[in-house]
Amino acid sequence: MNNLYENRKFAISLTLILIALIFIIKLFYLQILNTSYRLSAENNVIRYVPQFPARGLIFDRNGKLVVHNEAAYDLMVIPSQLEVFDTTGLCEILMTEKEEFIENLKAARAYSPYIPSSIIKQINPKTYAKLQEKLYRFPGFYVHTRTLRKYSQDIAAHLLGYVGEVTEKEIAKDDYYKMGDYIGKSGIEKSYETDLRGQKGVKMYLVDVHNRIKGSYQNGRHDKDPVVGSNLTATFDADLQAYGEKLMQNKIGSIVAIEPSTGEILSLVSAPGYKPSLLVGRVRSKNYLALARDTLKPLFNRALMASYPPGSTFKTLNGLIGLQEKTLYPSMTYSCTMGYHARGLTVGCHDHRSPLNLPSAVQISCNAYFCNVFRNILDSGKYTDIHESFDAWRNYLLSFGFGQKISLDLPNELKGFIPKTSYYDRYYGKKGWSSLTIISLAIGQGELGITPIQLANMTAAIANRGHYFSPHIIKAVAGRDDNKERFMKRHNTMIDSIHFAPVIQGMELAVNGAPGSGSTARIAKIDSIIVCGKTGTAQNPHGKDHSIFIAFAPKDNPEIAIAVFVENGGFGSTFAAPIASLMIEKYLKGNIKKNRKWIEDRMLNTDLIHGEQKK
Amino acid sequence: MVSRRNSVFANLDWMVIFLYFVLISWGVINIFSAEFNETTQNFFDFSLRSGKQMIWIAAALVLAMLILIIDSRFYIYFANPLYILMVLALLAVLVVGVEINGSKSWFVIGPVRIQPSEFAKVVTSLALAKYLSNPNIKLSRVKDLVIPLAIIFLPAMIILLQPDTGSTLVYFSLILVLYREGLPGVYVAIGLALAVLFIVTLLFDKLIIVSSLILLAFTIYFFLERRKKNFFIGLGLFLVTGGLVLGINQVLPEKFSIYYVLLITLLISGTIFLVLSLFHKLKYIILLLIILVGAVGFTYSVDYVFHNILEDHQQKRINVVLGIESDPLGSGYNVNQSKIAIGSGGFSGKGYLRGTQTKFNFVPEQSTDFIFCTVGEEWGFLGTSGLILVFATLLLRLIILAERQKTAFNRIYGYAVFSIILFHFTINIGMTIGLVPVIGIPLPFISYGGSSLWAFTILLFIFLRLDASRNEFL
Ligand SMILES: [Zn+2]
Repeated sequence: MNNLYENRKFAISLTLILIALIFIIKLFYLQILNTSYRLSAENNVIRYVPQFPARGLIFDRNGKLVVHNEAAYDLMVIPSQLEVFDTTGLCEILMTEKEEFIENLKAARAYSPYIPSSIIKQINPKTYAKLQEKLYRFPGFYVHTRTLRKYSQDIAAHLLGYVGEVTEKEIAKDDYYKMGDYIGKSGIEKSYETDLRGQKGVKMYLVDVHNRIKGSYQNGRHDKDPVVGSNLTATFDADLQAYGEKLMQNKIGSIVAIEPSTGEILSLVSAPGYKPSLLVGRVRSKNYLALARDTLKPLFNRALMASYPPGSTFKTLNGLIGLQEKTLYPSMTYSCTMGYHARGLTVGCHDHRSPLNLPSAVQISCNAYFCNVFRNILDSGKYTDIHESFDAWRNYLLSFGFGQKISLDLPNELKGFIPKTSYYDRYYGKKGWSSLTIISLAIGQGELGITPIQLANMTAAIANRGHYFSPHIIKAVAGRDDNKERFMKRHNTMIDSIHFAPVIQGMELAVNGAPGSGSTARIAKIDSIIVCGKTGTAQNPHGKDHSIFIAFAPKDNPEIAIAVFVENGGFGSTFAAPIASLMIEKYLKGNIKKNRKWIEDRMLNTDLIHGEQKK
Repeated sequence: MVSRRNSVFANLDWMVIFLYFVLISWGVINIFSAEFNETTQNFFDFSLRSGKQMIWIAAALVLAMLILIIDSRFYIYFANPLYILMVLALLAVLVVGVEINGSKSWFVIGPVRIQPSEFAKVVTSLALAKYLSNPNIKLSRVKDLVIPLAIIFLPAMIILLQPDTGSTLVYFSLILVLYREGLPGVYVAIGLALAVLFIVTLLFDKLIIVSSLILLAFTIYFFLERRKKNFFIGLGLFLVTGGLVLGINQVLPEKFSIYYVLLITLLISGTIFLVLSLFHKLKYIILLLIILVGAVGFTYSVDYVFHNILEDHQQKRINVVLGIESDPLGSGYNVNQSKIAIGSGGFSGKGYLRGTQTKFNFVPEQSTDFIFCTVGEEWGFLGTSGLILVFATLLLRLIILAERQKTAFNRIYGYAVFSIILFHFTINIGMTIGLVPVIGIPLPFISYGGSSLWAFTILLFIFLRLDASRNEFL
């Protein structure tokens, strides 16, 4: 029997006795010697009144105030303290329906007789002034001040998001929140909630048996002051954002503009949108319901959540992949006879000069050229079979941020869709498909799901000649610029920077080519700035095609990269290109030059939703 | 068969069972009070926690009966298979578990939620007892320590991934079992010192810690050195070097913080003194210096790892464990509220159901981790010291039972039960009265919660079963 160490039982017992003794001594001190915790009278109670800090403000990239706060008042009730009171009189002061008031009172009583419940929310300052004079006549009621969001410019609803009362689920997730607290529900308000909300404080009052406040508990020694929320500096330009929203009025679609050198989102428009002020205060639930029921889905953020095939804008990427794979050289020419023809299959093209080299093919957007490029990538012989070569092609796409969430700080972004080989295997069988089966990918049609922010990001990567920074909407929290590492996350694409010149040359020609040379986007030309762009049209099985345009400018040291989608807008050059060029001009020049005013007027007056052209 | 079962009940230790019943009934009474207000009058309302706890208790008693009926050899033979099963269950919960309060440690089957980590303590204790009961194991040999430590810390590591730091820390209490079985005391002392230093490093400023370490070293030196002249030489050397370094620092264009001044002083004067003491062959000074430098190095590396290597969320998690960021209203709020509640109880308390501070969520987690507040407020000092005495009696009784076992397996398991309950008791009550950091673990038999109650019941009753048949197989 191994009882060599039996004596250690004494040390162990001693430890136990020591711990118990320390506890009893500490409790003797806490409960008997120290009287500061004892309350003055037997039945006195401490009441905890939370102190709500003001939510952080939001500024735009130029320091312009976009979101601030306004005081609002909630009428609170502690049911157990109520005495008989003049209900009609109170309702008159509050300007509310008596039935609703009584209903709310019942709910408060059912929730708890002791815990304060808010019974009328967000009383405006005027009513509050009247109420305050009369409040002494209504024991059991008191007013609780909190703040509401206020917008200096009624813009950027999708970016900013909105604030609402916490749900039970949110309370369960984070015990910071208590019933009736407010929390960011979407957009910046949601993703920067912990910065914006600050820290609640608490005041402790002594309350007697009749629940009358007797004064602060121990002179506020245990109180906690609230900490005001941090202010945020957003990356968007309020003027550009307002202008973009105006251009997109009466249209469905989106605009995403990014500063290529930083990944900062300059503007993000989803149309149709709504005014952020609609979702503030007592009108919120009513307005929210109306917006949620709208068949045009104004609450849906198309810039992050709608996915489309990218159309011909994707030819730029296929060209780059061909160059990197060495199956394409800039001077390589292919001829086009009204399209691409192979084994009885035809991909149509428009009438243009032929043959073309790479820059001209981008300029003119020749389908045949890129069908050749695409098939040469997949059938180059470098890979054993289509599965391997398709995977290689797909990896290039992934390196540009497709098929994944790319934004650093915008909630609810969708990943989009880039098919895998298994997807085609399921449809055609493992041996049943070839580069020809999926030829529509060459011109950005087919099974591709790309979100506008992803396409804007690709444009930024082209503008940077091979890398991008994760798009983000906030550049500084609490004025500190020390978050560079978080916000400046550089991603290198799999394309070497030397390959970008011919494709960018093609994009330059598409906008700036001589009249009659076949340039697809001459409408986007701006004097004194070299805009590089590419049009696209996404086939839409449900109606008129979607108009797409990507562009960046200036050509050297680009300051803005942009993607515009206009649903049912037809060709890329019809709506998307002019809107993109107006945005670029507005951002780089501040205003639109006289000779392009007609384009602006046409865009502002087009109504694609109600089908008629306003004059 | 019948006669043997009778013998089990005849040999049961009824004192432990009595204390068990005192604790669980006191527990449910306090859980009811913690939730009590005018709308919740009915004790047996099953939508209330007290009502649910009654159900858990009933189930726990059935479990206890089952455990007493099973042959005691079962626990010895199945210790290892059960251990493997438990590791698998802990891994499974990482994959298919449900996240509650930020840790993925629950299986949810219909209305029942089970936390396997609670039961892991029992099985780990059995496996540890089984392994250590081999008479050839000598814990004073380092190589014999590897497997026992692995048995203890494998489940602890998996639980840390959930992450449930409170439950992980419980496993450290099993070191006490190793100590009883022959682990050299110096290991325990070093381990304790490092643990304290680790926590202290994160709680206090580095400067304060380094200064107090140096002060401590000088104090120890003062008492160890018989020739006080040597002590004053050391102190003088330290002060002169300190003055010099400080002076140089003042004229430098870019001043270093006082923390670095202290470190450089320590390094220079330490080296000089080390050389001096080498000449005079003062062995223990060398040891003291090594320990001092080691301790300072340890605090520095903890600090460095914490701030530079750990990710934000990991830092936050550790801070939460240490109570630095335990609650939204700021550090210390929980403990402050809890102290106000307990303190307001006075000598005899406000009376059952008369508490005011432990209602309405002023004290967080008042029916689980902070249940001791309710005891303090409503039962006063009489109640709190009474409860501590009940626990102390139970724990002392467990030591006596463990020591009277005739097999090593039984004794080791008994000590494991003792250590786990002691740890929970110490940490839980210690945190509510502000003596230890806030670590969310329940008070055994008292706190609300089925998993915890069942786990402690199983833990205790297996030992009672082993004890009842201690005379059977010799
Ligand atoms: Zn063509």
